Amino acid sequence: MIRFSDNPTTDTAAKLVAVAALMFAFVFVVMVPLYNVLCDALGINGKTSGEAYTSVQAGVDESRLVSVQFVATNNEGMPWEFGPSTTVMKVHPGAVNETVFLARNPLPKAMIAQAIPSISPARAVAYFHKTECFCFNQQPLDGGAAAELPLQYIVDRDLPADIHTITLSYTIFDVTDMTSGAVATR
Amino acid sequence: MGDHHHGPAKGLSRWLFTTNHKDIGTMYLWFSFAMFILGGTFAMIIRAELFQPGLQLVEPAFFNQMTTLHGLVMVFGAIMPSFVGLANWLIPMMIGAPDMALPRMNNWSFWILPPTFLLLASTLFMEGGAPAAGWTFYAPLSTTYAGPSVTFFIFCIHVLGLSSIMGSINIIATVMNMRAPGMTYMKMPLFVWTWLITAFLLVAVMPVLAGCVTMMLMDVHFGTSFFSAAGGGDPVLFQHVFWFFGHPEVYIIILPAFGVISQIIPAFSRKPLFGYDSMVYATASIAFLSFIVWAHHMYTVGMPVAGELFFMYATMLIAVPTGVKVFNWVTTMWRGSLSFETPMLFSIGFLVLFTIGGFTGLMLSIAPADFQYHDTYFVVAHFHYVMVAGAVFSMSAAIYFWLPKWCGRMYNETMGKTHFWISFIGFNLAFFPQHFVGLAGMPRRIPDYALQFADFNMLSSIGAFIYGLSQILFLYNVIATIVAGKPVSDPKVWDGAEGLEWTIPTPAPYHTFETPPKIDPAHAHS
Repeated sequence: MIRFSDNPTTDTAAKLVAVAALMFAFVFVVMVPLYNVLCDALGINGKTSGEAYTSVQAGVDESRLVSVQFVATNNEGMPWEFGPSTTVMKVHPGAVNETVFLARNPLPKAMIAQAIPSISPARAVAYFHKTECFCFNQQPLDGGAAAELPLQYIVDRDLPADIHTITLSYTIFDVTDMTSGAVATR
Repeated sequence: MGDHHHGPAKGLSRWLFTTNHKDIGTMYLWFSFAMFILGGTFAMIIRAELFQPGLQLVEPAFFNQMTTLHGLVMVFGAIMPSFVGLANWLIPMMIGAPDMALPRMNNWSFWILPPTFLLLASTLFMEGGAPAAGWTFYAPLSTTYAGPSVTFFIFCIHVLGLSSIMGSINIIATVMNMRAPGMTYMKMPLFVWTWLITAFLLVAVMPVLAGCVTMMLMDVHFGTSFFSAAGGGDPVLFQHVFWFFGHPEVYIIILPAFGVISQIIPAFSRKPLFGYDSMVYATASIAFLSFIVWAHHMYTVGMPVAGELFFMYATMLIAVPTGVKVFNWVTTMWRGSLSFETPMLFSIGFLVLFTIGGFTGLMLSIAPADFQYHDTYFVVAHFHYVMVAGAVFSMSAAIYFWLPKWCGRMYNETMGKTHFWISFIGFNLAFFPQHFVGLAGMPRRIPDYALQFADFNMLSSIGAFIYGLSQILFLYNVIATIVAGKPVSDPKVWDGAEGLEWTIPTPAPYHTFETPPKIDPAHAHS
């Protein structure tokens, strides 16, 4: 047992201060990273990977069709016109699919947006791979400008057979004021 | 401090600079009572607004500030400091120590409290008003949507945490190092045991709360995104971190109350506490389990089923050690030579009402059922049965029980019993109907409600006013006792009371146990 002091009272107090300091550090060093790791690993909250998928698929499963629905939501106070170009796609597992979301900044000033994805059902998260997504980066738009935001994805061939529909939802946030600091990309 | 036999210093400096555990205990108790009145005033405003449906008295924004401040002031200002005050007074006297182990730190841990609550209360007068996100201050309500006063609030929480941690370190250091020779751990009075375990809980989780508000501070002012989805964070993370602190926190509040009840019931049953060892182990088990059940406060956030099941079963498990405790208290009374002085009345009131609160807690622990109860008045009723009828009733019992020892004067028994019965009736009238309106769907933290809840809410408000006013009687009784109560000089005060604190003269001298007492090795725990 470590001893901080020969005086037993000082020793007890010093050890307890150390415990308190460790618990404070525990929040930042363990709890926050662990939460993010668990959410990513288990697909909790429908969080998809923040990085592009690169591995090669074994081939297209022509025998199966899966509906992929797209939903777009503006976070409170976000004035952009934002939505999918098509709301439903019927896709074969294993195939590379492309679509675009449409965004327009109606205000006269330049703004920066960040889209946050969420997939339902959460079990499908592990089987939905994005090879390219506008949500990987922040999206700047000049005042009055419009853009087509690309999305490229593969539904995994191993998608459980009972899942016929996957809903991919994006919430778009105004991050113009936050971009001065380093902001996590997702 | 050169003189060996000196009394208290004179005037204000006695209280400002005191390192005496009895002085500091007294200040904690008076301060917590002042906060109890302040938090109670906020509650009265809430109940006055809810007396009728529709908006009568206050604006919704101010109503939210009232619910928030009521919770914060009662939890951090009234209940927690009151038990720290009790610990200061009693732990040295119960284990045969001359004072607390770290008396100067003891002075600090008290004196940083009053300015902090002054600061917290002052946010009411700031632009944008006081914090209004509820005592649980969930992000983003407390970050993105909070007024400028949130920064003051965060600072207050930091200082309160510091005070609690210092107080806990002091208690642990005292109990571990200053017990009289022969006072082994398993001979300590149960109040000392419950406080020792509580103090460990505090040292473990107050830093987590500090971490939580630090993340809020960084999100609000330094551009981080711990709780902001836009920047890659997650508001649900806030709930996990908060309740990792919050659930142990509710046991921090109730465990010392268990200790108080375990001292009082044997005294008025004239029997030793039944199952002392199992009481100690049950307390330790509750403390351990408190760390693995936090997410039962957040069943509705969208956890995986496996998570819901884990937290549901772990929560239900807590009913086992708690049941052991209730069983032991009842068995202590079984075939005892019972008498029903005010402290005993409050203890029995605690026993009955806390058990009801425990049962509704068990109902809330059932994940599928909780989806109906979540954020309704059913939850409000549940936690007031454990917080008020649990912690506050036991605190009232403690004051009546030990006040004659402290000041050498007996309180007015008739007035004490009147206080109990008015409290008991007022409390139940206030909170029992809230179970029904909650089950019928009335959400918590709203200033207005649907018409079908009107009658029960009116009853609730009347009960709350009765309970609130009964505390004036309590205050009067305490002051009258101190000023002009009938003198008592019997060291034991109560014929059934056991323990070292009842061996010293009454009133308790300014300095006690300057030479350690002899503990009879054959004598069991007290």
